[in-house]
Amino acid sequence: MSQLNEAAAAVARRNIRVAFGPVVANDDVSFAVEPGEIHALLGENGAGKTTLMRALAGLLQPQAGSIEIGGQPVVIDGPLEARRLGIGMVHQHFMLVPTLTVAENIALGLREVRTWFPRLDQLADEIDALGARYGLAVNARALAGELSVASQQRVEIVKALYRGAKILVLDEPTAVLTPQEAAALFPVLRSLAAAGTAIVFISHKLNEVMAVTDRITVLRRGKVAGSLRTAETEPREIARLMVGGEVTLPQLEGMPTPGRPLLEVDRLGLTDARGVRRLEAVSLSVGAGEIVAVAGVDGNGQQELAEAIVGLQRPDTGRVLIDGVEMTNRPVAEGIAAGLAHIPEDRHRTAIFERMSVTDNAVAEEAGRPRFARWGMRRRGETQAFAAQLVADYDVRLGSVEQAIGSLSGGNQQKVVLGRALSRDPRLLVAVQPTRGLDIGATAFLQSQLLQRRAAGAAVLLISTELDEVLALADRIVVLFKGRVTGVVARADFSVEQLGLLMAGRTA
Amino acid sequence: MEFLADPVLAGFIAASVRLSIPILLAALGGMFAEKSGVLNIGLEGMMLIGCFTGFITVHWSGNLWLGAGVAVLIGAIAGLGLAFYAVTLRSNQVVVGIAFNLLMLGVSAYFFRLAFGSGTASPRITPFAPIDFGPLGEIPILGPLLFQHDPLTYLSLALVVGGWLVMQRSTIGLSIKAVGEHPEAAETLGLDPIAIRYAAVAVSGALAGLGGAFLSISATGVFLDNMTAGRGYIALAILILGRRHPFGVLVAALLFGAAEALQLRAQLLPSGVPLQFLIMLPYVLTIVVLAVSSTRSGAPAALGQPYEKGGG
Repeated sequence: MSQLNEAAAAVARRNIRVAFGPVVANDDVSFAVEPGEIHALLGENGAGKTTLMRALAGLLQPQAGSIEIGGQPVVIDGPLEARRLGIGMVHQHFMLVPTLTVAENIALGLREVRTWFPRLDQLADEIDALGARYGLAVNARALAGELSVASQQRVEIVKALYRGAKILVLDEPTAVLTPQEAAALFPVLRSLAAAGTAIVFISHKLNEVMAVTDRITVLRRGKVAGSLRTAETEPREIARLMVGGEVTLPQLEGMPTPGRPLLEVDRLGLTDARGVRRLEAVSLSVGAGEIVAVAGVDGNGQQELAEAIVGLQRPDTGRVLIDGVEMTNRPVAEGIAAGLAHIPEDRHRTAIFERMSVTDNAVAEEAGRPRFARWGMRRRGETQAFAAQLVADYDVRLGSVEQAIGSLSGGNQQKVVLGRALSRDPRLLVAVQPTRGLDIGATAFLQSQLLQRRAAGAAVLLISTELDEVLALADRIVVLFKGRVTGVVARADFSVEQLGLLMAGRTA
Repeated sequence: MEFLADPVLAGFIAASVRLSIPILLAALGGMFAEKSGVLNIGLEGMMLIGCFTGFITVHWSGNLWLGAGVAVLIGAIAGLGLAFYAVTLRSNQVVVGIAFNLLMLGVSAYFFRLAFGSGTASPRITPFAPIDFGPLGEIPILGPLLFQHDPLTYLSLALVVGGWLVMQRSTIGLSIKAVGEHPEAAETLGLDPIAIRYAAVAVSGALAGLGGAFLSISATGVFLDNMTAGRGYIALAILILGRRHPFGVLVAALLFGAAEALQLRAQLLPSGVPLQFLIMLPYVLTIVVLAVSSTRSGAPAALGQPYEKGGG
């Protein structure tokens, strides 16, 4: 991999424009990355970071503007061309085939080993050596699917390097890591940059951008909001550029005064359809007037826990009690009747009917109840009045309540989901990743609504992978790792270090 | 040890092998399609069209190998046709496959009548003859198992080994598996999931076509309406039983061949069991296999899911 040490090319992008139909994801975006530089593309969800990256990877074509590498304009018309130009991608969702070994994954599509029968042993040795050089310990002979998330990420980086990447683009690389694992990634990036690699670091997290990058380009709504040297700026200035003004996220204040437990989860265990154990003896309780957060790296059983509580998945051991009443494996409708409301994790998959109107989505949980139906026929007037009220109460921006909910922005969709859940004045709210993919204004609104429910005496179970959100809102934090509770921390004892250790499976 | 040399046993073993070849070839083809992520329900139709075109080619030309070649070619073209719907148009693979099978049933019956009329005397060809291995064929068990068959059978067994080499050892196999498990990842690495799936389904059709042709130009020397009689569906079950591995598929196919051979022999015995129940045996076995093995176990992650290029 001697070409790594050659003078690496810089990538410059000028006046890039990418549009999907009427939606412009990137408009007139320009930025440049030097060899040996770690350059952050910072922006909120939906600011256009991923679109930009996909254009660099050759997965989509910009409608206007140009990309230059080493001063030469280039057209990246596919992944092969991106690779030829020395662009390596580490996608947020790893591009590894889980049933193949690390070496096989790296050999895929590689001309150098595209003989009839690849010499995988020799390749594996080369990969191990390459990894060792940059402190990227990988086991080239292990199955990719059996590696931890952090080592899968190292494999992705090694894969890019092995393919001769001189420009390395990392999309939200820390989203799936514990704070400690993220901290271990940064020296690797530093040593790669020191060897002359140009690194594009895409993130929406201010603190890690401050920690690891040399320069920062801030994106907002598909445009460049500012370009700064990391050493010459401060977080407050960047935050202002990201948001386009001062927005402060709500923060829980005052000491908890929990009432009687409204949700009790007792030694819950769950095995999924593939026979994988997803939850093991998970116990927690949420009192009235309390927000309990479940923290953890994504995919450690959070979704299963939420779905077991609301009745969408069947736990095989343990119990769920709502206000002291046994609700284990009861139908979802009974939970709703008992005062349970649910904001599901994947909005598109489980929370909304994309092609149905905002009105129909708003009453979806109660469409058949006397309030909205009589003799099996829907009551149009009541339904529309309710939807109009919800739209007003929760500040949903839309043209008409009869438009398909799928045509709204993510933030407005989520407000409808939230409004639907809260309009029943639930005693217990289970919110899973309620702010994922929302802009900061919508995030602040949603979080303040959760705090209001707490003040009104409801029990809130907040399941989130965003540590900042959890730290700001929770009375207590329960940490999940591989389906087990590794620790419960009260608000007075919150510390990022300790939560990070618990998220990595070290029990307190 | 008398029974080892028993002619009834020898006949049974030889028949088991002979009857397993068509489903073996179809299942081997199905393996390529499924490993690439395409559920090829159309195996049955591809077998049937191979069965028909193989027969008619031999009938006109008198050349058995030409018949086999045409069956392979037509099967591959049929595979490309199915891939157009399943891969390019991203249709539901099950619905397209079943429609395709019904179409092939009609097409083969129609052209058969067009070519030979609808009289009662069915045309015959001289099928492949067993290779004479001399004394080797007389060895108990091994003789009927290995040394009493025609060239097409040995070609089929060679294809199993070839399939194993390609799937487990070659870069092509690696690419096919990657596309079936994680097409997005394959695309980021510069592979073309669409082209690989087309190729895999075409190979699948070619093998199924050869499997069908075996029925007409090797096993019997005649063509009958719906001659494959669901063997393409049995092949899908065999794939699951054989864990989509060439050697697993071979063993599973032999098991089904044995079931078929057993029921043919049981028909001759005064057992009192109605004929129809005996004929059901291989199909009942299929249902049992599908019931006891979870169909998703070990299946490629993207099986049956159409892939949209650059999407997501």
